[in-house]
Amino acid sequence: MATTTTTVPSAGPVTGSRSFLSRLREGDEIARMITFLFAASVVLITLLLVFELWQGSFLPRHKFGFHFFRTSVWDPIFDQFGALPFIYGTLVTATVSLLIAVPLGIGAAIFLAELAPARLSDTLEFFIDLLAAVPSVIYGLLGVFIVVPLMRQYIQPALKHSLGFLPLFQGPAYGVGFLTAGIVLAIMVIPYIISVSREVLLSVPRDQREAALSLGATRWESTWKVVVPFARAGIFGSIFLALARALGETMAVTMVIGNTPVISASLFSPGYSIAAVIANEFTEATGDLHTQSLIELGLVLFILTFILNGFARLLIVATSQRGSGTGHA
Amino acid sequence: MKRLTGFLLVVLAVAGVLWADSALSINGAGATFPYPMYSKWFDEYHKKNANLQINYQSIGSGGGIKQVTEGTVDFGATDGPMNDEQLKVFQDKHGFGILHFPTVLGAAVPTYNITGVDTALNFTPDALAGIFLGKITKWNDPAIAAVNKGVKLPAEEIVVVHRAEGSGTTYIWTDYLSGVSDEWKTKVGKGASVNWPVGIGGKGNEGVTGTIKNTPNSIGYVELIYAESNKIPYGSVQNSAGVFVKASLAAVSAAAAGKAKEMPDDFRVSIVNAPGKTAYPISSFTWLLIPEKFSDASKRDALKGFLKWALADGQNYAETLSYAKLPKEVVTKELKAIDKIQ
Amino acid sequence: MSPRLRWRKFVSGFMLTMTGVCALVAVSVLFLILGYLAVHGGASINWNFFTKLPVPVGETGGGLANAILGSAKMLLLATIFGVPIGFFGAIYLAEFSGGTVAFVIRYAADLLNGVPSIVIGIFAYSLVVHPFKQYSTLAGGFALGLMMVPITLRSTEEFLRAVPRALREAAMALGASKWKTIVSVIVPAAYRGILTAVLLAFARVAGETAPLLFTALGNQFWSPGWQQPTASLPVMIFTYALAPYDDWHRQAWAAGLVLLGLILIINIVARAILSRGIAVPRT
Repeated sequence: MATTTTTVPSAGPVTGSRSFLSRLREGDEIARMITFLFAASVVLITLLLVFELWQGSFLPRHKFGFHFFRTSVWDPIFDQFGALPFIYGTLVTATVSLLIAVPLGIGAAIFLAELAPARLSDTLEFFIDLLAAVPSVIYGLLGVFIVVPLMRQYIQPALKHSLGFLPLFQGPAYGVGFLTAGIVLAIMVIPYIISVSREVLLSVPRDQREAALSLGATRWESTWKVVVPFARAGIFGSIFLALARALGETMAVTMVIGNTPVISASLFSPGYSIAAVIANEFTEATGDLHTQSLIELGLVLFILTFILNGFARLLIVATSQRGSGTGHA
Repeated sequence: MKRLTGFLLVVLAVAGVLWADSALSINGAGATFPYPMYSKWFDEYHKKNANLQINYQSIGSGGGIKQVTEGTVDFGATDGPMNDEQLKVFQDKHGFGILHFPTVLGAAVPTYNITGVDTALNFTPDALAGIFLGKITKWNDPAIAAVNKGVKLPAEEIVVVHRAEGSGTTYIWTDYLSGVSDEWKTKVGKGASVNWPVGIGGKGNEGVTGTIKNTPNSIGYVELIYAESNKIPYGSVQNSAGVFVKASLAAVSAAAAGKAKEMPDDFRVSIVNAPGKTAYPISSFTWLLIPEKFSDASKRDALKGFLKWALADGQNYAETLSYAKLPKEVVTKELKAIDKIQ
Repeated sequence: MSPRLRWRKFVSGFMLTMTGVCALVAVSVLFLILGYLAVHGGASINWNFFTKLPVPVGETGGGLANAILGSAKMLLLATIFGVPIGFFGAIYLAEFSGGTVAFVIRYAADLLNGVPSIVIGIFAYSLVVHPFKQYSTLAGGFALGLMMVPITLRSTEEFLRAVPRALREAAMALGASKWKTIVSVIVPAAYRGILTAVLLAFARVAGETAPLLFTALGNQFWSPGWQQPTASLPVMIFTYALAPYDDWHRQAWAAGLVLLGLILIINIVARAILSRGIAVPRT
């Protein structure tokens, strides 16, 4: 390689110490421009996506306005579209899934971070990561053939028998419904809670634990009262991540939720989620208003997951910074 | 670097080879009602014409109408004929019209899975309307028991199963219910996608059948072949002459017989609640939706060829799959109408 | 020992055991899934499955050969479309950019990553299917490729950044230009990590179903070329699982086993590559 300058270029971005032509000749400027184009295309694609969602939902936004979010009627014949049952279904299934997944997930993360020897912890984490890689449609397959019959034959009748006085567990046992979808979602989001929580727990400085133990705390007390609160923000971050995943989940939910736009206090009731109705009705929504209402639902989902993911990242970053800094409450 | 380039070249070469469309591929989408018939037809026709693949996706009649109007598929299929508004949308969008071609006759049957019952139940129009309106909630309701003496109906809650997506089968079913129940007509109406008062949704005739098979004490409506081939019981429906008729080839043909002679030129006709003692009241034609003009001459000719075959040899496959053949007068009229496709 | 202390010790032991139980439950789910798929799907995997086309409704003996090929074609397209954008974009982020521009790009990538797959399907439909009036393998590959971009971008950037500064400076000291340094020194050093990132992105989109519903539609025959609708494994699993035919159920299990097996193998291989490479921070 021949160099024509006597100055040594810095390792950072190329500054103006060499002339443009010489940079061009050595290919750096071209490289910078080409790679910039690729990187910029990511931004362009994202902007285009938001634009398409916004533009594509023009009709219902103007016709229904915010009323869209308060109406429950979804009637393609009479051109009435209300998002409430789908928002309800999405939120209910996500809530049920978190109620199940959060205690289990944090419990498992505590075990992996605090108790298990390093090798065991890493091996189990490896399996948990594999669980996160299982695609949604496989969960749906198992949901349809394993979970739904189990729910219908054993779990729902048992719940009805013991807790049937609560409006939550009333109504016929279809097998499909909010509860089933929530359970399947719980299995899907547990790996996210476990792996992120485990990371943040591991990043809590040793001296925190040791200080607690030296003051006479039991292992559990040191974990639960000192370490976990220290990593609290990151753990919340993992919950938000899991929530974002649960909200956007399509296939597994479509296969076990019952596909009926109703709002019901009972968890046994069939319902619908935003992602499921889009999957079922998009290819055959006749009439622009119907199609665009579905796109508006997509926009709603996008905004929800966007906000949650944003919060999640903030919280996780905040915890790891706390852990690596001087670290005090 | 050299290995990378070599690899990329191989990839591009393979891609280039695969790019060439070796067979003529025509895409259609729509009704699940006739899907067993169409999947057999397109498979047989492909065997006879190896260079032609007619790919049919059963996504529901609503999807068929939408996609053929959008132009994303070459033809559609529906059991609920396009209404005037939908025809106008197509006309406005493309500048030419779309034609309906009846292919076979089928029946929508009330099929159920009731613990302890494996015989064919009798259903009155009021019973069916009541069940689907959510007013009749238990299987041993007097409205059902009264016409089913001798059958032990359990005191279980009825689980109604309907279609989750826009469906021609739904159209046929709600067409029937609107005709026999004023309450249904005003409260719910007829259409491919209605606001169901009760029930859970299944995707396609396939999904509804699957759900009924797996859900005890459920009832739904599916095309006859789905109930038969999955060996689930289906009931007899009381027709306008007061007779309880179980869906069969003869009963469906009887329902069509009346209308066959006065078939309108556009072939859009409803034969639910047909008069006659032996007619099955929830019968229907099912149609292929073919645009009037094709820019691609090979596709046009291929489809016309297929239609002619379907109306002749193809009809011989219908009865084994429990679809009734078209009446002769309808076939003659259709063969003439094929010339309208340009 | 005071009663209070005994109680606290008991609670401690109990709760910690419970956490062990939680971990056990979580991990055993994986094995349950694999077990069910192996049992139900294993029996149905035969030569027919891999070589035959689907047969008409109600008949037996068909296979999902066209779905396997369709998935393979779309994944190839997805990789060709998604990986270069992610890879070169990451080079820009790691080597050339700074400050605000980098922040915007990363933010956009994270945004894209969080988009639910059904919404990606809507986007791909309005961009590729609707204007060209054609469901196609191309549209499906495009949708999947979109999903590969952010994963590839962020992971590759991390691995590029992790290459020790000393290597860069040594190359510079020898007079290499920036571009030469990247091509000859930095990328080879981060090679294992980048490969892992690509493999993981690939495994992630291999199982995606929702984006294909509106882009590739489906096909009961072989899909000729790249511009016709095509069958794919995930969509067939979805369709067959919900149908009433037992033969289709068997095929759905078999397809599930094949799909999951493929995804898990890629994941394991990717992690193995990474663990044998130079020490890089966990992503």
